[in-house]
Amino acid sequence: MAPLDGWTVIELSSQATAFAGKLLADMGADVIVVEPPGGSPLRNLGPFLDDQPGPEHSLYWWHYNTSKRSVVLDLEDPEGRVTFEALVADAGILLEGERPGRLAELGIDYPDLVGVRPDLVHCSVTPFGRQGPRSDEHVTDLTILATGGPVWSCGYDDHEIPPVRGGGHQGYQTGGVWAVISILTAAIHRRHAGAGQHIDVSNHAAVNVTTEAATYSWLVAGSEVQRQTGRHAVHRPTTPTQVQCADGKYLNTGVPPRRPEEFKVLHQWLVELGLDQEFPLAPLLELGGTYENIGMAEIEEDPMIAEVFGAGRDAIGLIAGRLSANDAFIGFQSRGIPVGPVNAPEDVMNDPHFIARGFVVDVDHDDVGRSFQYPGAPISMTGSPFAAPTRAPLVGEHTEEVLGLLDPEHR
Amino acid sequence: MSPTALGHLRICDFTGQLAGAGATRHLGAFGAEVIRIEDPVREGKWDILRGSPPFKDERRGIEFGSGFQNHNVTKRGITLNMRTDRAKELLRELVAVSDAVTENFAAGVLDRMGFGYEQLSAIKPDVIYVSNCGFGQVGPYAGFKSWGPIAQAVGGLTFGSGLPDQPPAGWGYSYMDHHGGYFMAIAILAALVHRDTTGQGQWVDMSCTEAAASLLGPSVLDYTVNARPARREGNPHSNRDATGTMAPHGIYATSGIDNWIAISVRDDDEWVALTTEIGEPWTTSERLADAGGRLANQDVLDAEIDRWTRGHDRHVLAARLQALGIAAAAVARPEDRIDHDPATEAWGLWPTVDHAAMGEVRVDGLPVHLSETDWVINRATPTLGADNDYVFGEILGLEPAEIESLRDEGVI
Repeated sequence: MAPLDGWTVIELSSQATAFAGKLLADMGADVIVVEPPGGSPLRNLGPFLDDQPGPEHSLYWWHYNTSKRSVVLDLEDPEGRVTFEALVADAGILLEGERPGRLAELGIDYPDLVGVRPDLVHCSVTPFGRQGPRSDEHVTDLTILATGGPVWSCGYDDHEIPPVRGGGHQGYQTGGVWAVISILTAAIHRRHAGAGQHIDVSNHAAVNVTTEAATYSWLVAGSEVQRQTGRHAVHRPTTPTQVQCADGKYLNTGVPPRRPEEFKVLHQWLVELGLDQEFPLAPLLELGGTYENIGMAEIEEDPMIAEVFGAGRDAIGLIAGRLSANDAFIGFQSRGIPVGPVNAPEDVMNDPHFIARGFVVDVDHDDVGRSFQYPGAPISMTGSPFAAPTRAPLVGEHTEEVLGLLDPEHR
Repeated sequence: MSPTALGHLRICDFTGQLAGAGATRHLGAFGAEVIRIEDPVREGKWDILRGSPPFKDERRGIEFGSGFQNHNVTKRGITLNMRTDRAKELLRELVAVSDAVTENFAAGVLDRMGFGYEQLSAIKPDVIYVSNCGFGQVGPYAGFKSWGPIAQAVGGLTFGSGLPDQPPAGWGYSYMDHHGGYFMAIAILAALVHRDTTGQGQWVDMSCTEAAASLLGPSVLDYTVNARPARREGNPHSNRDATGTMAPHGIYATSGIDNWIAISVRDDDEWVALTTEIGEPWTTSERLADAGGRLANQDVLDAEIDRWTRGHDRHVLAARLQALGIAAAAVARPEDRIDHDPATEAWGLWPTVDHAAMGEVRVDGLPVHLSETDWVINRATPTLGADNDYVFGEILGLEPAEIESLRDEGVI
């Protein structure tokens, strides 16, 4: 059985909640996504099936609403709100991303809802949290990531080129992941102590604490990191770790070798490939083979160790440039040296490892008479696997079956 | 003192770096007793961040790495030399009184120490064991190793961050170490929910590259449904809107050096407001009047907007555009968002802890507030073996003399 089998969650459809709702649904919860009449605005977001826009063709909707059921309710209408309260009372968990103040104006906010469900877990996901000095600002995924920190650290060595916002709606998704962590935590507390609560998730705070050294370099050392092409932003420039391979694809070489065994196998492979004669630093690799493990601090402080460390990195670059990204990946990794190809989504979905682990799943789309491959579970739980995802619901597809189970006076 | 959500739980924690340590840190903030185990022989240096820069001051050494210090707040710290039989006995005793065992070693490391899931569940039948490594414990690449930058490259996130005619920009940090930790926290919590429901423990085989691939968003379906590969001319262009609805939508230069503003115009009304603000003839061009036209002419549009924004201060301009209802924000430098952003301050996002070696330091808080059982970060990262007396004495019931002999014999 899936980990959240038996759970019911009411989600008010929004960009802020879509990913969290999907994760809960894929984990087995019965997530009922509530859409306004005419359907969720998310259905207007592309890309679209065959590039034909339409509420049932949005791949954005499809992706973020797997395994959910859809109910159409008009929360502007008092009767709709009565039904909503009944759904929340039955479910016990509410996930919403409404503008701060909206649910209170409608009389269906947490203080109202605990009247119908005292142990309710109510999770709000908003750009800056429900209260506070910036809670009324207008945002998109781009501006959240810009004002929250990630953008500053991403881009190119050339600072005439703008910094870059990473793709994939990461601002919303990061808030969504925190919504899931919080809901699970609150649910465990409710089971243990019997009490529900309100959860306030801030997207802005979420991306702020998802910036690694950019934050703690400032917090602790007062130093400002500077973005660099394809590698960590740091306070002073480092050498590239991204190499273009013979097939044009890039390889990330991660943290270069620091252990003597790594220097030894690297030197040996260089010799096998006949590249040692054109690599003047080859003797430094042999030297690295006689060193103890190199610490990160030593690289900054000891020039000789820095030379050896640099030789390891350069040797990887030389080899990678002569092979395809995949051959380089397999070749280095099978020799114990961690590198990785810069895969596009299609590379991931066609990769034998992802396929063998069951990450690539088929989802039946009876709505269009086809079936499509989807990304599967992010976590492999051997004792309670995620549920096999089902296609996103049509607008109001489950309104009748869900409302039919309610007390007649609440429909 | 307010109640904690996870105060009834104990985690026997071998995690490190950020992808692992970041998971149990958050559970500790919600009250779980997290006991982090380190190797006394190598002084815990398996964790590359122990003793790594940046540093607070001129002091160096295993207790002064600020990343390590940030990622391990809320935890207890003990040492166990797993090369000795006595340490293995002590670990068995600790597992027997723990709810979960967590680690992010390379695949198979804990198994080779004699503590795979089979052994762990023999000690405690309903134990939750979460392993987290780059490629997971099964599959063709199971033996491969990874760091955050590799996991996000293999998982597809690096590719999705960049501009046309440029190499991948990627993520300028280990984004996937953060998310590896977040998903690992979800794994532990979901397994606890399952245990509470069924009484059964389990092994969770987390792979950071898989978690990364689950973060790619709808672009995956553009390939699997529409057969449109992401690796194509002009793509990615990731400062632009991926949903095909908003333009202008980008990051533009402002006055000063390396100062930028992000602007998203979500609809035609916002466009009209922006054109009034800009007040230049080009903005009234017919072909830019609706979203379709602006989306079709983004190269020209972006060049014009960029020319205009260059004359403005990023903070002043962002405030003016916000007042017009337009989503705009200065690209925040670390100082901006940490020391001068009223939202992070009001949130209490940077709590201070008192570290035994480093002194007072600020750390990452949590981006959520729970009305009844909120997080608390008031325990600094433990120095190596700082809680040996507490854990071996109070939890496992050893006498002070016995603990002393463990030290003498090199067990802890």
